[in-house]
Amino acid sequence: MTAYNAETAIAHLNQTEDLSLRYYAAWWLGKFRITDSAAMTALLNALEDEADRSPDGGYPLRRNAARALGKLGNPQAVPSLIENLNCSDYYVREASAQALEEIGDSRAISPLLALLEGGVEAAKPMPGKPHLVQPYEAVIEALGSLGATIAIAQIQPFLDHPVEKVQFAAARALYQLTKEEKYGMRLVEGLKAEKLPLRRSALMDLGATDYLDAGSAIAQTPAENSLKLIALKGLLENHLQHQDQPLSPEAVQLLTLMDSLL
Amino acid sequence: KAVWALSGSQSEDAIPTLIQVLGFNNPGAAIAAVEGLVKLGDVAVPILIRDLDGYDYGARAWAIRALSRIAHPDALDILTEAAAHDFALSVRRGAAKGLGDLRWEKLPPEAQEGAQKKVLETLKQVAKKDEEWIVRYAAIVGLESLAKQALTEEIKTFLQELEKQEKDLTARSRLRLAFTNQE
Repeated sequence: MTAYNAETAIAHLNQTEDLSLRYYAAWWLGKFRITDSAAMTALLNALEDEADRSPDGGYPLRRNAARALGKLGNPQAVPSLIENLNCSDYYVREASAQALEEIGDSRAISPLLALLEGGVEAAKPMPGKPHLVQPYEAVIEALGSLGATIAIAQIQPFLDHPVEKVQFAAARALYQLTKEEKYGMRLVEGLKAEKLPLRRSALMDLGATDYLDAGSAIAQTPAENSLKLIALKGLLENHLQHQDQPLSPEAVQLLTLMDSLL
Repeated sequence: KAVWALSGSQSEDAIPTLIQVLGFNNPGAAIAAVEGLVKLGDVAVPILIRDLDGYDYGARAWAIRALSRIAHPDALDILTEAAAHDFALSVRRGAAKGLGDLRWEKLPPEAQEGAQKKVLETLKQVAKKDEEWIVRYAAIVGLESLAKQALTEEIKTFLQELEKQEKDLTARSRLRLAFTNQE
């Protein structure tokens, strides 16, 4: 048996007979960040797939392709991902918003903003589904990461959305866009949530910011140390702006907190 | 709450129960149980080693953390094995940190040097080769602690070499903190 490698994955993705091979190959190319152009072409192709349909009309292969394209980070994928923000499958829209966030191309800002149309009023649960009509969390988080200050007014009302994770997404984005302390404090407040999944969500949101005051609150939250360490790593690296810098007292404090969680 | 009460009781009879709590998949309760076991100290070590859960890596990570904090060198073999080979990163991470803090004076003097060398070799491998940034980070922390007690110059040289190959920004920052602390 030959080992599974990039060539195999690309070949599997390009054939059309066995859908499950395609599905796995798309995931694999993202997981191992295969950046060559044949992988790109195959994934972009998969993002237009019409063959792989779930019983409720979803596009499983497109979901995986969108996620993989986000991991590859190549701006070449931006137009197709933008197109898939209007896909009938909620999870394709969600994966596309997340991928556009990862790629970090500002062309995505106005198409993402369009999904917030109607504001909180329109942001209702989808009848018969476990999700809202749009992937609001992913969209709002992407707008924050993309530095879309133009979106501030439209994001603000989502601080009062009935779904707490959406509130957190709004606080996170608004902190990134304005650096106002009140939004960081809102997330720190979220660390006290009764339910563990919500505390986890607040941890991840803080990790996307450089709100350094959250350090000790993160360390003390009752949640898995692994998640707390990832959140602290996020704070630290955002503070260092993703490059080596002289260690500030704040950076030393974050590292000391991390030591205590090992 | 009940776990904190048990944890505060400081009774040796509570040890097996506290160890069971580590497997409840409840971080709050596990933190309380670890605190209790650490306070009990050396008496808990043989039971922690005996009851180490081979199946539930969550429970194993908490038990390793308790052993690391009690820092009795009887746990040396368990901790080196865990740091180098456990499939769960939370276990490797906890063990790597603990290896640096062992109370060497609990070993007979003639056994200390060999044990420290073994720890050094294990942590060097982990710091160079582990695929998870947080495990390499923990090995750096372990090496820094070990250097305070033994093998200081060798560790210093190793960490300086390591900085050239470490790709993760957080782990690299931790190396630089270790250099600052050494000065």
